[in-house]
Amino acid sequence: MAEPDASTVAFVERMPRRPLVLNNHSMAWISDRIAGIVENKAPLWWWITISITGSFAAFGTFCMLYLLYTGVGVWGNNVPVGWAWDITNFVFWIGIGHAGTLISAILHLCRQKWRTSINRAAEAMTLFAVMCAAIFPGIHVGRFWMAWFLAPIPNPNWIWPNFRSPLMWDVFAVSTYFTVSVLFWYLGLVPDLATMRDRAKGKVSRIVYGILAFGWRGGNRQWRHYEMAYLVLAGISTPLVLSVHSTVSFDFATSVLPGWHTTIFPPYFVAGAIFGGFAMVLTLMLPARSLHKLQDVFTWDHIDVMCKLVLLTGSIVGYAYCMEFFVAFYGANPFERFAFLNRYFGPYWWASWTMFTCNVIMPQLFWVRAFRRNWAIVFFVSMCANAGMWFERFVIFVISLHRDFLPSAWRMYYPTWVDVFTFIGTIGIFLTLFLLFIRFLPMVAMSEVKGVLPEADPHYHPRTDPESESRKEAHA
Amino acid sequence: MNAAAAERSVFGVIAEFPSATALFEAAERVRDQGYRFWDVHSPFPIHGMNKAMGLGKSTLGYIIFCGGFTGFATAVLLEFIPSSYLYPLIVHGKPVNFFTVPPFLPIMFELTVLLSAFTAFFGVFLMNRLPRLHHPLFDFEPFKRVTSDAFFLAIEAVDPKFSEIATREFLEQIGGQGVTVLYEND
Repeated sequence: MAEPDASTVAFVERMPRRPLVLNNHSMAWISDRIAGIVENKAPLWWWITISITGSFAAFGTFCMLYLLYTGVGVWGNNVPVGWAWDITNFVFWIGIGHAGTLISAILHLCRQKWRTSINRAAEAMTLFAVMCAAIFPGIHVGRFWMAWFLAPIPNPNWIWPNFRSPLMWDVFAVSTYFTVSVLFWYLGLVPDLATMRDRAKGKVSRIVYGILAFGWRGGNRQWRHYEMAYLVLAGISTPLVLSVHSTVSFDFATSVLPGWHTTIFPPYFVAGAIFGGFAMVLTLMLPARSLHKLQDVFTWDHIDVMCKLVLLTGSIVGYAYCMEFFVAFYGANPFERFAFLNRYFGPYWWASWTMFTCNVIMPQLFWVRAFRRNWAIVFFVSMCANAGMWFERFVIFVISLHRDFLPSAWRMYYPTWVDVFTFIGTIGIFLTLFLLFIRFLPMVAMSEVKGVLPEADPHYHPRTDPESESRKEAHA
Repeated sequence: MNAAAAERSVFGVIAEFPSATALFEAAERVRDQGYRFWDVHSPFPIHGMNKAMGLGKSTLGYIIFCGGFTGFATAVLLEFIPSSYLYPLIVHGKPVNFFTVPPFLPIMFELTVLLSAFTAFFGVFLMNRLPRLHHPLFDFEPFKRVTSDAFFLAIEAVDPKFSEIATREFLEQIGGQGVTVLYEND
C-alpha cells in the first residue's frame, strides 16, 4: 500500500479524530463485551427491576381488562373532555418512538458514525413505545372487538371507511411506522444474531440464534445487498418518521377547536417527538451504560452530542410555544385568545407552566459543556423532558377541550385511579420489554461499531493513526 | 480431513487474512486473476470492497422501486374504488371524483413506504439465497470467528479457473493463512 503523504500525516497529527470506541479495544473485545451481556447470568439488579416493572405491567393490564369489561366510564373522560389521558398517553408514546428511527435513518444518511453505538437500543425502544401507544386508541373505543372498523374493509352495511379522515391516515401511518421499524431493526440485527449463533455454547441458544440469523455468513456478496437495503430503508424511513407525527398532529389540526386549529402543529409535534425520544434514550442508556460497563462504547462524546440535539429540539419546541401564543394574540380571534390565556392562567395553569419549565427552560442547561458531561444533570434534564412532554400533550388535549366555545359546556377533568394505573402500566410494559431486550439480544450493534473502528477502513495505515502504538499494545 | 471426507466433492478453498486491509488487497489480486465464484467474509461491510471484488452496485434498489410502486398503486385503487365508485361518501362537501386527491396523499405515501420496506427486507434475503442454515463454510471451525474479528476469502470449486493445488498456492502466495480445502455437505 502507498505511504500516506507528508501533509496527511501532519494534518492527522495536528487534529486527531476523536475515537468512537475508547481505549483502542479490539474487535474481539467488542464481541465479548456486548455478547457477554446476553451470555452471562442475569445480574441481581435485572431480576429486581423486572419484577417491579413486571408487576406494574400486570396491574396495568388488569386495569385495561377492567375497562373493557365495565366500559369507558371507569375513566375520568366526560363530555367536553372526550380525549383525555388515553390520547395524551398515545401521543406521548408515539413521540418517544421517534428517536429510534431518527437515529437509525436520518443520522445514517448524514453519516453520523456515532449513531452506531446507540441505534440498536434506540430502535428497540421505538418498537416498545409504539406498542404501548397502540394500546390506547384500541381500548379508548371501549368495544375492543370492534377494532376491525379501523381496517380498510367495508362494514356490514357495505360502507367503507372515510379515507379523507386524519384518523384513518393515522391508522395507516402508525401501523406502517411500526412495521417498517420492525423490519429495519431486524435487518440490523441479523449480522449480530449470527455473532450470537457462532458464539453460542448451549444447543438451544445455537439453534434459536441460528434460525433467527437466517444463516448469515458475512460474505461481501451478502453485505452488498444488505448495505443497499439498509440505505434504502434509511431513505424511506426519513420521510416516514417526519410524516408519522405530522399525521398524528393532523388529528387535532384539522378540527376547528381553538388551541388545536393551527398550521404550526406538524413541525411542532415532530420537534417535540424527537426531543422526547432523545430524552428517553438518555434516560434508558445512562443506567444501562453504567450497569453493563459500556463506557468505552457509549462514551461521553455520544452523550454530549445527544444533549445538543435535546437542546436544539427543546428550543424549537419553546419557539413553537411562544409562536402559538403570539399568533393567538396577533390573529385577533377572541376564542383563540381565550384558549391560550386559559392555557397559561386558567385552572390548569400548573400543567402549562410545568410543561414550559421542563421542555424549554431545563434543556438550556445544556449550553454548558460541563453540564452535558455530568451524569446527574443529564439524567435530571432528560427526566424533566420525559415529564414535560407528557404534560405538553395533556395541555394541548385536555385544556383545549375543557373550555371550548360555549361556557355552558365547560367542565373540569379529573383522572380516576384506572387512568393513572393504566398509564403506569404502560410504563411497566415498556420497561419490561426493554429489560427483556437487553437480556436476550445484543443491545449494541456489534457489526456496525466494528465497522467504524479505524482499522476497519481498508486504507487504514498505522502512520496516519497517532495511537497506533498503544493500539498495538492493547491488542497484544 | 478424514478418509470419508475425501470422497465428497470439493466445495472450495478458504484462507484467513489478518486484517481488513490485507483482505482488501487480496481481493484485488483474486479479482485480477479472473476468478468469478468467490467471496470475502468479514464481520462488517468493508468500504470499497465491491470495487475491489469487481462487483457493481446492488440491483436491489430497482426491485425496491417496483415494490414501492406497487404500494402506491394499491393505495390509489384502495382509496378511489370505494370512495368514488362503490360507495361515494360526501364528506365536508368535498368532491368524490379525481379532485379529491389531496386528502388521499397521506395513505398513498404510507403504502408506498410500507411495500418498499417489505421489498427491501425480503429482497435482501432472497437475493442472498437466505435463509440457508447449512453451508459448507459452517463446517470449517475457524469460520465461526468471522462474525467476531476474523477475515476470510473463499474460492469455490465451481469456478472455471479453480484447481485444488494451484488455487491453494495462489492464496498462500497472496498472504492467506491456514489455507484449507472444504468439502460439500452430504
